[in-house]
Amino acid sequence: MDALSHFLHSVPLDLFIIQTVNGIVAGMILALVASGLTLIFGIMDVVNFAHGELFMLGAYIGVVIVAMTGSFWLALTASALIVALIGAGLQIATLRPLIGRDPLNTILATFGVSLILQNFALWEFGPTVRRIPEPLGTSFTLFYLQYPWYRLFIAVLSAAIIIGFWLFLKHGKFGVWIRATAQDRIMAQAMGIPVPLVYTGVFAIGAAMAAASGVLFAPLVGVSHTMGLDWVLKAFIVVVVGGMGNLAGSIAAAIFISLLESYATIWVDPSQAVIVSFVVLILTLLFRPTGLFVSTPK
Amino acid sequence: MSTALAEAVTPFPAGSAEPLVRLDGIHTFYGKSHILHGVSLTVAPGEVVGLLGRNGVGKSTTLKTIMGLVRPSQGTVRINGQVTTGLPPHKMARLGIAYVPEDRRIFRALTVMENLRTGFDRAGVTDEKRQTLLDKVFKFFPVLAERRNQAGGTLSGGEQQMLAIARAMMLEPKVILLDEPTEGLMPRMVSQIHTIIDMLHAEGVAILLVEQNVPLTLAASERLYIIEKGAVRYECASRDVDANHPVIRQYLGV
Repeated sequence: MDALSHFLHSVPLDLFIIQTVNGIVAGMILALVASGLTLIFGIMDVVNFAHGELFMLGAYIGVVIVAMTGSFWLALTASALIVALIGAGLQIATLRPLIGRDPLNTILATFGVSLILQNFALWEFGPTVRRIPEPLGTSFTLFYLQYPWYRLFIAVLSAAIIIGFWLFLKHGKFGVWIRATAQDRIMAQAMGIPVPLVYTGVFAIGAAMAAASGVLFAPLVGVSHTMGLDWVLKAFIVVVVGGMGNLAGSIAAAIFISLLESYATIWVDPSQAVIVSFVVLILTLLFRPTGLFVSTPK
Repeated sequence: MSTALAEAVTPFPAGSAEPLVRLDGIHTFYGKSHILHGVSLTVAPGEVVGLLGRNGVGKSTTLKTIMGLVRPSQGTVRINGQVTTGLPPHKMARLGIAYVPEDRRIFRALTVMENLRTGFDRAGVTDEKRQTLLDKVFKFFPVLAERRNQAGGTLSGGEQQMLAIARAMMLEPKVILLDEPTEGLMPRMVSQIHTIIDMLHAEGVAILLVEQNVPLTLAASERLYIIEKGAVRYECASRDVDANHPVIRQYLGV
């Protein structure tokens, strides 16, 4: 007991607060990536292996638009819209013909799409990492750090996008269609809801959310053809820990895991802190396989 | 005897208007099991038609085939003379066909209002029209008005059945395919279902009623078909038979 208390007291409060802020910022971006993924799974029963590449594609389109116009905000909105259209096209071309087939078919299809997008990016943009400058140059003093406002801004904007999306699901006509389809696809269709259109719309929304997070995160990490891999792996962990298809669970899990990783970096190297995510994943699968934040399985 | 009776009550003599629903020689399979062996039937506009038969003879499959939920391997479905075989269910709903399935299938996590909204949120429904539709179902089913913000899954079995019918009414259907509405309900609710069918009939909505409850079907319908082993075996006006009629005993008696 003494050893533990001594161990915790050895962490300075300022470091703890900095890591909390870092964890929340990373968690909000992760939540944005994961909510698209969990949405697509929850409604379409499709495990979208191309989600990370839609994130990457969004970031590259952001790079191009920033280079052309110099406007980060235009890049953010235009990239989300363009990737939504690409997502809709991908869904119609690759997933719509597979509706009703074994899930393995859609896994292979989305995996194939991810390989094509990755190699397209490598072919088109080359292996050099591209950068998008931070749109807000200023920073504030957080103890001994100059903390960029942009990082806080990302967290707030991600939260705003997620809340906006939630309101849309709750009150919008298409939102009611999406929820009805998620619960009972056949009855939804018998009520006149055009389920194939709902599927395409959901995939487009998930793709737009991935693209927006790609652009938002690009100033922090740089844009490369493999940038989707790290994020999608984490997003998959979050989706499983939060309960497959559970939007609120995914958001909570994203923040929870990012905070844990962030605290872990107080003691270990950031590349080792990733282990925390896997520990949480394994414990979840062992003890609460329906998800950490699910009260009762539906 | 049964042939003579069926001929005596031919509902559509030559030259009469096109029926609202018309099935011709429908064969439907589930995988390899052959469920429907050439079902033919008609429902006229505004007519209440009963579909009787023992368990597993294909009554529900007939409704699902009309709705486009299962695709027949042979035969045609016509709505107002237009061939609709193979159309997806959401297009059937737009043609005025509403489906109330046996297990009700209300959206459990959606509120009562949101369940109704799946029906009235469609092109061509103005605010006034939506209000008229809601006023009508809330007059039919006052309990749904009280529970409008409650999740569908928290309603009792009888209330869920009312919600399933109310939701179908939101589509302003020409015909409701009603699958065993009294299954698992208390006797008091069964008579209420009868009242609801009569009210819908008075509104001019046609109903194709699948039931195990023979007295209810005989009382509520104008015409009935008896199905056995995936085909229509008998057709007559409901007033011409009672529960002790030899045909009813032959096909439905225990």
